[in-house]
Amino acid sequence: MAHSTATAVSGKSVWDGGDSPMNASYGKLMMWFFLLSDAFTFSGLLITYGLVRSSHQAYEGLVKDFTFSTEYWPIPEKVFEAVPFLHGYELPLVFVGIMTFILIMSSVTMVLAVEAGHRMDRKAVEKWMLWTIVGGLTFLGCQAWEWTHFIVGTDTPTIVKDFVNGQWITKEVTGANLHINQYGPQPFADFFFFITGFHGFHVFSGVLLNFLIYYNTVTGVYERRGHYEMVEKVGLYWHFVDLVWVFVFTFFYLV
Amino acid sequence: MAHHAHEPEVTVLPPDKEKIKKLWTVAGILGIVTAIEFIFAFTMAAGTLRTSIFVALTIVKAAYIVGEFMHLRYETKVLFWSILIPVIFIVWMLVAFVYEGINMPVF
Repeated sequence: MAHSTATAVSGKSVWDGGDSPMNASYGKLMMWFFLLSDAFTFSGLLITYGLVRSSHQAYEGLVKDFTFSTEYWPIPEKVFEAVPFLHGYELPLVFVGIMTFILIMSSVTMVLAVEAGHRMDRKAVEKWMLWTIVGGLTFLGCQAWEWTHFIVGTDTPTIVKDFVNGQWITKEVTGANLHINQYGPQPFADFFFFITGFHGFHVFSGVLLNFLIYYNTVTGVYERRGHYEMVEKVGLYWHFVDLVWVFVFTFFYLV
Repeated sequence: MAHHAHEPEVTVLPPDKEKIKKLWTVAGILGIVTAIEFIFAFTMAAGTLRTSIFVALTIVKAAYIVGEFMHLRYETKVLFWSILIPVIFIVWMLVAFVYEGINMPVF
């Protein structure tokens, strides 16, 4: 809570320090402004995605007749329809739905850790931090699988034009990389790698930070310090990662 | 774990049942909104209307995450608006660039 950590020294001018104009501690305030700047970076990626996507042809036709082509932007539910251990089944957006659920749940366990920290309940902080770390690692595992599937591709290849040795050739392509892909126009795969990759790297950093907090909780650092504000600060970062995923999910997988 | 001679006296307070219940309610809302998005994704034809519904539902989810989980709703007004005003400009930028994209086709 903001009030528990804010400091105010009475009888001093606001400009002499010791006073928090926004009623939040220095660390929390800086975390908020860092997250705002991080939001600019993610917005840059998502806005560029919106610009490039809207300048490409949309697929016009029945969803069931859809085939991959570089002529138009693919329908996401036709690209992301695979689930681990269920090869050959068309399960559109099921796996990404599971990933979304995992990340929301790890956000809940994080906020429960923050709540436990307010009560100085070390055992509960440990428990919820551990669940948050498990959630983060599970999400990263899911993303590793999703990337592998995206890179390897489907069973049937797509005919794609490619510029080789100064001339245009057509060839069969399965999977995707930053140079060529089977799903649609090249920017589609490029944005997939950049946007989900940048988000995944944030999750990875978040798991490291969460582990650090867990370690410090177990060794009693915060108990000796008298407050669990670090849990709150890293919690803000973790919720932000969840927030970004909500936007990536909408703009990349649903729209 | 090293044992410290000066272990502080810590009073552990009991769980705030009401607060915890509220957090799970927010989690439930986030789940339900996501489920609604899935229903729209499979029952409605793609188009401007469906995209608008998705964006609106995403903003609802974002508001709950930032407001409740990140606690921004309960911070001072100055902090609240210093975060929100720049974000409004981002939304404007997104709309402007998508509009540009529609009007400058690659193909």
